[in-house]
Amino acid sequence: MDKPTTDQVWAWLDEVPDPEIPVISLVDLGIIRGVEWQGDTLEIAVTPTYSGCPATSVINLDIVTALGAKGVDKVRLRQQIAPPWTTDWLSDKGREKLEKYGIAPPQAAGGPARCPQCGGEDLERVSQFGSTPCKASWRCRTCLEPFDYFKCI
Amino acid sequence: MTHDEALFQFLLRMGDNTLILGHRVSEWCGHSPVLEEDIALANTALDLIGQTQFWLGLAGEVEGQGRSADDLAFHRDAWDFRNLLLVELPNGDFGQTLMRQFLFDAYQSVLLGRLISSSDERVAAIAAKASKEVAYHVERSADTVVGLGDGTEESHARMQAALDYLWPYVGEMFTGDEVDAAMADTGIAPDPASLQEDFNVLISRVMGEATLSVPNAKYSHKGGRSGVMHTEHLGHLLTSMQWLQRAYPGAAW
Repeated sequence: MDKPTTDQVWAWLDEVPDPEIPVISLVDLGIIRGVEWQGDTLEIAVTPTYSGCPATSVINLDIVTALGAKGVDKVRLRQQIAPPWTTDWLSDKGREKLEKYGIAPPQAAGGPARCPQCGGEDLERVSQFGSTPCKASWRCRTCLEPFDYFKCI
Repeated sequence: MTHDEALFQFLLRMGDNTLILGHRVSEWCGHSPVLEEDIALANTALDLIGQTQFWLGLAGEVEGQGRSADDLAFHRDAWDFRNLLLVELPNGDFGQTLMRQFLFDAYQSVLLGRLISSSDERVAAIAAKASKEVAYHVERSADTVVGLGDGTEESHARMQAALDYLWPYVGEMFTGDEVDAAMADTGIAPDPASLQEDFNVLISRVMGEATLSVPNAKYSHKGGRSGVMHTEHLGHLLTSMQWLQRAYPGAAW
């Protein structure tokens, strides 16, 4: 087969869901830092969200599997830690999807802007840590529901 | 000692601190007083273990003997570890665990802040990554120290006892040796003594809010960073942490 263009590869990677938050793609999450052909090998630069995120190995496997299904067999993954991942790299599309899914997207102010369930703005933090390394636990005082907040880093 | 030998020792110190503390904190998994604290401790442990993979991974690369981060973590014995004595101490009660965490987080946040401008770009990259996570750790551990210190009579007494017990292990953080001198000479890492002022400012502020008194005692326990004299606790921790790889070398899943 002909080598797919890097734009095509980006589009394919935008269909690979994050294993922990499947409504957003790896591209939405901002962890794909580069796509480059080196001879007949496709090199993908991936950055971890948090150092110890257990999803990292699953993500690597998912990338190789997804590209393999498109006929790209020679894939090399390169871990890139500088510059460090920041939630500024979340796509606007990804932020919207997170909120619809019930996870408040990160805000520069350091806390959620509104409850992803009812839109209420009277919120309290339960814990800086949540169900995955990238999230914190919050609660809405209007609808009384707890929700995840995607931490800003 | 060659430059790379000194750099290897420095990287072991960084990686062993995060590894041993990460393992200690993970011992709380499923045992914390409330669910949110359990999750917070497990997340903190996870960050620390993740940072260990970077530090020990680079250590193995610098050493050049083909040892991976896992090899260094699971196939060294107590005398080859280079962590601060503070991080190998048993958890004690929840308050003591959080006091130890705060003392370490305060030190680590100051140190990583300097390492971000390390002359070695690999060290700078790991520091930049880790410092974002440590900013969350220190915020939480400081809040908890304040909450429990300025809490009930019982929690205050426990936090003061924890501080009194742990304080003699703080001095080791700021005591340099020839490894530190070699790192400082080449701009890779700061002289440990130069971190003390910023550390003290942070400690004074938080202990003040927590209504706790920092002990005056000058004596400090040493021997972890050099590996010369670990406490008896490290060996017990390693028997648990390394058991699987010792019993089934190279086991993978």
